[in-house]
Amino acid sequence: MRALPRLDSLNRDFWTGGEHGELRIMHCNDCDGYIHPPRPVCRHCLSENVSAKAVSGRGVIDTYTINHQAWHPKMEVPFVIARVALSDAPGVIITSNIIGCSVDDVDIGDEVSVVFEQQDDVFIPLFEKVK
Amino acid sequence: MTMRNEAFITGIGQSEIGRKLARHPLLLTVDAVKEALAEAGLSIEQIDGVSTYPGRVPQMLGFSPVGSDELIDALGIKAKWYAGGGEISSQLGAIVAAASAVRTGQARHVICYRTVYEAGAMANPAEYPMMRRDRVDGNSQWTAPFNALSAATWVAQYAMRHVKKYGLTREQLAQIALTDRANALLNPRALVREPLSMDEYLSARMVSDPLCLYDCDRHSDASTVLIVSAGDAIDEVRCTPVRIAAMAGSVDRHSWDQAEWMASYATGRDLWQRTDYTPADVDTVQLYDGFSFLALTWLEGLGFCEVGEGGKFIEGGSRIALDGELPLNTFGGQIAAGRLHGFGFAHEAVVQLRGLGGERQINGDPKVAIATSGGGPLATALLLARDA
Ligand SMILES: [Zn+2]
Repeated sequence: MRALPRLDSLNRDFWTGGEHGELRIMHCNDCDGYIHPPRPVCRHCLSENVSAKAVSGRGVIDTYTINHQAWHPKMEVPFVIARVALSDAPGVIITSNIIGCSVDDVDIGDEVSVVFEQQDDVFIPLFEKVK
Repeated sequence: MTMRNEAFITGIGQSEIGRKLARHPLLLTVDAVKEALAEAGLSIEQIDGVSTYPGRVPQMLGFSPVGSDELIDALGIKAKWYAGGGEISSQLGAIVAAASAVRTGQARHVICYRTVYEAGAMANPAEYPMMRRDRVDGNSQWTAPFNALSAATWVAQYAMRHVKKYGLTREQLAQIALTDRANALLNPRALVREPLSMDEYLSARMVSDPLCLYDCDRHSDASTVLIVSAGDAIDEVRCTPVRIAAMAGSVDRHSWDQAEWMASYATGRDLWQRTDYTPADVDTVQLYDGFSFLALTWLEGLGFCEVGEGGKFIEGGSRIALDGELPLNTFGGQIAAGRLHGFGFAHEAVVQLRGLGGERQINGDPKVAIATSGGGPLATALLLARDA
């Protein structure tokens, strides 16, 4: 069980794009910059002409940690928490989990690709190493 | 230099530090206030300002149980200026705010405090309930769904970069905790007063790699007070005033994961641009260590060593020991003295500059000290000097 976000008009695309297999990041239609966390204004050019855009879901591990402590009784450990720098959304980094491999098989610079885990109405973007 | 427009730390005070203390957190705050007033020779009637971080937090009362308006009311303070909130560049931002107030004539003597009751609250959930929401929002939504539920996991990721990029070793990082624990043995108020060996550190269980159990501070119950006084009110004060020689604070991306680098670096750089002092003038550093790695980044950010050289700088521990060239966290830091949440570092800097450290007093005649808080996405640094 994961804590889930309260969906609102700004974050809904990010948290539900996985229903369509898409990782959606707020994007500026004027300067082509990305805005994350999502806001109704572009942090690069202050344009309000922004909307969520599907990106490839490919990324690189910026850094990571192996979490060993169970922060609540039902938490299964160890698992990897990583910052993933999205390859085609410059400057956007997403905290996520690296799944599908041993925790010891994760390193900075590893290429990863998004997969989604559904819980209720939320599609949580997780990442697997690109083989 | 004209002292009229300067801000000074005058009286300082601290309650008992413990876990699951029976004493009400407002009374812990009063204990610390009384000690600070007595040291300064001030009466409560002379106090005309109050500043705190982060103000009363109803959904997490143990984290911050006493609001500034409650303290003002409880003590009968006639406040001309007050402030309390979490949207500031970390805990010591409350001191920066008070210094700004006295320098602009809005107050003469400001009580600055941080009260924590995190251990007590867990033991008494009926009176200190944790309000849990069904769903997370704000910055938490970008970490909590991935079970990155503790700041330990956020700081650990920065620390891992140092491990991979600069070769930081566990033996090097251990020196923060070992130094803290050694110093706490000489601090009667410290929470943990047992020595820690390198073997014990290296065999401790991992919390979030590379941070182990001993790299983390422990919830505690305590209150810390510093009185910030205006330069033109300093002759009302009995204790040796400590001048706030420079202040700096910054915030990068508050959501942590978007912050490219830690705020301790920008803050440290800015501090030296606001003073004629240099790192070579500093006699002791009291650096935020809610997680040990934060103190290491402060050493780098403040320019005591190059970025990435922090591990080598503290290797072996002699340089940062009580009798070393740059004594660190002489009261035990948060790791050993207890999670006083930022204010303990400023308190100890003043203790050392006044020569009141007792068994833990550093050698020589210290005149310049640094105290910091935060260091993740937000940070504050104070440069403190004793002129007389
Ligand atoms: Zn734009």
